[in-house]
Amino acid sequence: MTESSTAGTGIPSAYVRDKRTPPPSSDELRARIPGWGVDLNPADRPSYPKLQYPADTGAHWDFPERQPEKWPRERSIEHAFVTPVFGTAQPPHGLSGVIRRYSYARFSEGRLAHWLLLVAADRVDSAEHRVRSFASGRPDVPATGLRSEFTRGGLRSRRGRSDARHHLLDPVVVAGPWVAVAGAAVMGIRRLTRR
Amino acid sequence: MRAMVYRGPYKIRVEEKPMPALEHPNDAIVRVTLAAICGSDLHLYHGMMPDTRIGHTFGHEFIGVVEQIGSSVQNLQVGDRVMVPFNIFCGSCWFCARGLFSNCHNVNPNATAVGGIYGYSHTTGGYDGGQAEFVRVPFADVGPVRIPDWMHDEDAVLLTDAAATGYFGAQLGEIVEGDTVTVLGAGPVGLIAAQSAWLMGAGRVIVVDHLQERLEKARTMAYAETLNYDEYDDVVVELKKRTDYLGADVVIEAVGAEADGNLTQQITGPKLKLQGGSATALNWAIDGVRKGGTVSVVGAYGPIPNAVKFGDALNKGLTLRMNQTPVKRQWPRMFEHVRNGYLTPRDMITHRFPLEQIPEAYHVFSSKLDGCIKPLVVPGAG
Repeated sequence: MTESSTAGTGIPSAYVRDKRTPPPSSDELRARIPGWGVDLNPADRPSYPKLQYPADTGAHWDFPERQPEKWPRERSIEHAFVTPVFGTAQPPHGLSGVIRRYSYARFSEGRLAHWLLLVAADRVDSAEHRVRSFASGRPDVPATGLRSEFTRGGLRSRRGRSDARHHLLDPVVVAGPWVAVAGAAVMGIRRLTRR
Repeated sequence: MRAMVYRGPYKIRVEEKPMPALEHPNDAIVRVTLAAICGSDLHLYHGMMPDTRIGHTFGHEFIGVVEQIGSSVQNLQVGDRVMVPFNIFCGSCWFCARGLFSNCHNVNPNATAVGGIYGYSHTTGGYDGGQAEFVRVPFADVGPVRIPDWMHDEDAVLLTDAAATGYFGAQLGEIVEGDTVTVLGAGPVGLIAAQSAWLMGAGRVIVVDHLQERLEKARTMAYAETLNYDEYDDVVVELKKRTDYLGADVVIEAVGAEADGNLTQQITGPKLKLQGGSATALNWAIDGVRKGGTVSVVGAYGPIPNAVKFGDALNKGLTLRMNQTPVKRQWPRMFEHVRNGYLTPRDMITHRFPLEQIPEAYHVFSSKLDGCIKPLVVPGAG
């Protein structure tokens, strides 16, 4: 369906005062679409107006009791203090932990350096765990879930899709760091053995 | 317990982890019975969200049974079947008091710009998520709700994020009767946004994607016109042609930081990480909406900057509205719509994976294999 240029002039709606092709009538839409118009009134939608005060949130405190800190919890310096409740999933550790703590202590969220340091810490964290995984006897693999390429129609599913072009880059993105590290290791060993 | 664990970009596996513990008097521990993988989990999976630590368990869409409660919990009991909003929120801070549950200030020490989210890196508070057998649920008196007896579990799990976000996205569009609404992305959020646009009185709904099975779902589930951008040299021009050169009154951006459709954005964003992501859909929204129109953004973006055409938004006089969804605020009305059959979240589910097969589930969903639109994860199955 197209809101075609109309009224016999050939001039599209954008160039004149009114839409030349009105939308279907509400009766027609109600008949075709289940529930059409049940939320028609903008003043009666759950998130309108924006600053509507909820009657009861379930909270029975003015300020929540504080969760105990088991280690000095890193926090954004845009906060006045560590929030009363927080996640304890993966405490900072190792070199990546040093970078994370520095990023939180030194830079606010408004500084790109804060986020780039955290991304750098993520990569260091990944490398630290990779080394540890080799030692543990359960080494990480470069990518997971690849079996589904064969069981779930990897080629068939991508046929004719424009995003297949950049999927070709995924192996490069995933394997690139491994190849670089392997290359560096080989060069290093060769240099040592030549001495 | 068994849990999905992040091991680095493109690498996840299932491991034994310690059981979560009650760490605050208003915590609960929930045994997860059903979880889902969200499109935004893929940003974590691809290593795009800063402070995603090795060992993190993802998952912010889940339902389950209350296993344990803290000493101050009044509204839940052990054994209750609950659905848990993806937001972690206190219910009492300046923002929660105004209904902005997704912007809670008392749950995320790592950042002030975003509230708390389960399993979504330390940038959103450092909470492990629900793609596991058990999960810690803070503020148990505030977030979780008992699942109504009549509600299907698969609808309940989708109402914890994807469906609520689609409905919220349509509200942000400030749709008025007769509006032409374009929805970018026919994924789980976009499909519900398209259904919701009709409820708010849209006169036309056009859904844009490039995956045939998703466009077909947009036609059958959401009664929408569809546009496959792979078939056009320039999708914005096609959108203008279809709207008599006006542009849509409202565009809902339901894609987020890894949008396809522009190879340069894909390579500089998701692949090389030279920017926060690929802002292709957001740019199409800005260019595809009419002057003076509204762009609603519910696709997920992280804190690192993106190449966005802000000048076009200024010069067109657009209203840009966006937020993470305050999920629980949507529920009473959405429950009615689901019960009446106006919103049909579980129609979008295409795959169900046992937790032990979650590496395959992520790869299938990420690469859009096998017609995957929405995968669920079932702990304890298979």
